[in-house]
Amino acid sequence: MDLQILWFVLIAVLWGGYFLLEGFDFGVGMLLPFLPRNERQRSTMFETIGPVWDGNEVWLVIAGGATFAAFPDWYATMFSGFYIALLLILVLLIVRVLSFEWREKSESPAWRRVWMWANALGSAGASLIWGIALASLLHGVPLDSKGDFVGTFADLFTGYSVLAGVAVVLVFAFHGATYLTIRTQGDLCERAARAARGLSVAAVLVASGFLAWTVAVAVDRNDKDVFPPVLPAALGAGALVLAVAFVYRRRSGLAFAATALAAVLVVATLFTSLYPRVMVSSPDFANSLTVSGAASAHYTLKVISIIAAIVLPVILVYTGWTYHVFRERLGSEDEGAEPEAPPAAAASAGPSV
Amino acid sequence: MGFLADTTVNLARAQFATTSIYHFLFVPLTLGLGPLVAVMQTAWYRTRNEQWLRLTKFFGTLFLINFAIGVATGLVQEFEFGMNWSVYSRFVGNVFGAPLAVEGLAAFMLEATFLGLWIFGWDRLSPRLHLATLWVAVLGTWMSGYFILVANSWMQHPVGYKLVNGEAQLTSVWALMSNGFALRAYVHTMLAGLIFGSIVMLGICCWQFLRRQDIDLFLKAAKLALIVAVPVTLLQLVVGNRFGAAVTGAQSMKIAASEAQWDTCQPCGFSLFQIGGFTASDPTPSFSITVPRLLSYMATGSFDGQVQGLNELQKQEQRQYGRGNYMPSIRTIYWSMRVMAYLGMLLFLVAAVGAWLYWRKKLERARWFHRTAIVAIAFPYIAATAGWILTEMGRQPWIVQGLLKTADASSPSVSTTWLAISLTVFVTLYLLLFVLDVWLMRRFGGRELEAPDAPAPVAAPEPAA
Repeated sequence: MDLQILWFVLIAVLWGGYFLLEGFDFGVGMLLPFLPRNERQRSTMFETIGPVWDGNEVWLVIAGGATFAAFPDWYATMFSGFYIALLLILVLLIVRVLSFEWREKSESPAWRRVWMWANALGSAGASLIWGIALASLLHGVPLDSKGDFVGTFADLFTGYSVLAGVAVVLVFAFHGATYLTIRTQGDLCERAARAARGLSVAAVLVASGFLAWTVAVAVDRNDKDVFPPVLPAALGAGALVLAVAFVYRRRSGLAFAATALAAVLVVATLFTSLYPRVMVSSPDFANSLTVSGAASAHYTLKVISIIAAIVLPVILVYTGWTYHVFRERLGSEDEGAEPEAPPAAAASAGPSV
Repeated sequence: MGFLADTTVNLARAQFATTSIYHFLFVPLTLGLGPLVAVMQTAWYRTRNEQWLRLTKFFGTLFLINFAIGVATGLVQEFEFGMNWSVYSRFVGNVFGAPLAVEGLAAFMLEATFLGLWIFGWDRLSPRLHLATLWVAVLGTWMSGYFILVANSWMQHPVGYKLVNGEAQLTSVWALMSNGFALRAYVHTMLAGLIFGSIVMLGICCWQFLRRQDIDLFLKAAKLALIVAVPVTLLQLVVGNRFGAAVTGAQSMKIAASEAQWDTCQPCGFSLFQIGGFTASDPTPSFSITVPRLLSYMATGSFDGQVQGLNELQKQEQRQYGRGNYMPSIRTIYWSMRVMAYLGMLLFLVAAVGAWLYWRKKLERARWFHRTAIVAIAFPYIAATAGWILTEMGRQPWIVQGLLKTADASSPSVSTTWLAISLTVFVTLYLLLFVLDVWLMRRFGGRELEAPDAPAPVAAPEPAA
């Protein structure tokens, strides 16, 4: 039983890591069409996430693999049940992967515009659908007594789940903007700060609404008490309010820390609300998948626990080191002043080895 | 109903086959080009000869274009188990999920993070540390391959498990990780990766010789490619053969099918080529070329060994598992095995001739060989695809050998319509990617290198730095 809870928590942590890390690179992606003044600034934006997005996406790969190994029934039901949603996410993510690799392979403005939009739409679309899909785990979808999904794609769309999707998009966009304020300088940094201020109020309102509704859904539909889900929900809303205060006071480091915390607490609220179930069944609540019902046998959990205990600290060390190596601000103090400067250095500093 | 169920399973199979084959067009080049680029960078680090740096950057770009697509299609594969094969996922999750999760945690994370460090770290890390990041990324790709093959080999030869309530449960992680089938498959696959890397590199060098660009430079790369290609293509013939013998032990039906061997024989000749003889109603080829006793040797290690025939194995499996057809598609398996093996031999020939020309100092001028080597770039791709068709279709009707049939393993909640739609979406996307990838590889593979004194793009100083 203990190892089952451990893996439930670990999968929540992996999703939290995914939201924290890919959250800002999705956010930067969404801001690509709107934030930069010129192509050179746009290249600098790409450059801020270039070295890290791939590692960020691996958190999703690991969350998927960990779910398969630790909770095969959850993996099987969720992935086959949320078929269309996941299909869309895969397509969006593939297109987005390509945008990183291929954008700077040609100087043609049309080519670059196509991949810029591919990245922006991929980022926004994937964020929206992940919000909807994860919220649907809690809100409930029709499962039969064997635990198979018997609903349709439309069952994923409720007022609550759509709000969740929008909230995730806004939180990520906000998170991306605060990330840019700590990774850039000059005009671009100024524009990022303005975007962060612009997004902050919308993000705090929509996300707080979503967090409050999550607690209500947990009580209504998942047989939970208000406590503990209310704790991460309140902390999440608090983190967002703090983030608003920090962006207006130009404390960029603290603002980024606050949006990062908010992204993690959104996941924490969902998983706290979900426990002890992993997928709520509605209308037949009794068919819900539970942590203990969906889990692998003890031996498998023991094996992967030992491996995770060895590997996770190492991952944290080298991930931290990566961010340390790429800590310095990008872009130039005065680059905004040059009208449509040729994307020389900034652009080709991309992965064209 | 039966027809519809067949359609559903066939669509799911087509989709998984498309994704796997497509994924594996990019993966082995990453596996093979990675160490070659790392060797080039090491040579630059040691000698400070600028030529090695230029080569590192040139082939590094090709390496990265491939890696990105490998990541994207790998994610699709991971999702596809659950999306299209939920019954399978429930059945194997306890066992199969573990190496998959470990692959992500221990290998893929390493690979992705350190490649990011390598790509963007040229001017931020010391040359020594920067070189180390590439080697770590290469280590990640090679570890990744091991865990994936452990998972796949369990489907071919299940070990270290027991059945509990109709689901497989892991009983020994050591048995799983040291599965003899997996270890052999690993060596075979990594050698394939090195063949990809060296043959593609040789082909690109020859392309540059044809265009008379940077002859000296690409001779260096061609030499490295040949130093790898000659022994590795030769070794692969031996390893592939031994792997075949291991398959005989675990999956007799696959081997009998790959030889279209209907009746048990002793000693058995190896059919080099045959017309007809691929169905139970027409078991005798109308024309064939056979090498006496060779099959006995390949399958058992002895020229007098006995190889069981399809008919006998079919009867055995019916006794063991109940009524049903336990034979894969004989024609497909027979030819995929031969396409793989013959191309493997041809690749050794190409490498050997290339080495001879290099030794006689004629490599840069032998235009006929340049054209041959460019065409030979396609061979490892075709051979690896044929190899996976042999491995996976040869296991049919099983999805997990002897434990679960493919027909019983797909997702009940996914409709035939959506399978058809998703298949169409992926095929369209893959075709589009393929066209774009070839276009990019041509642009970069055939481009002129920057002049030696021009600043390398990545080394350009940060505007703010």
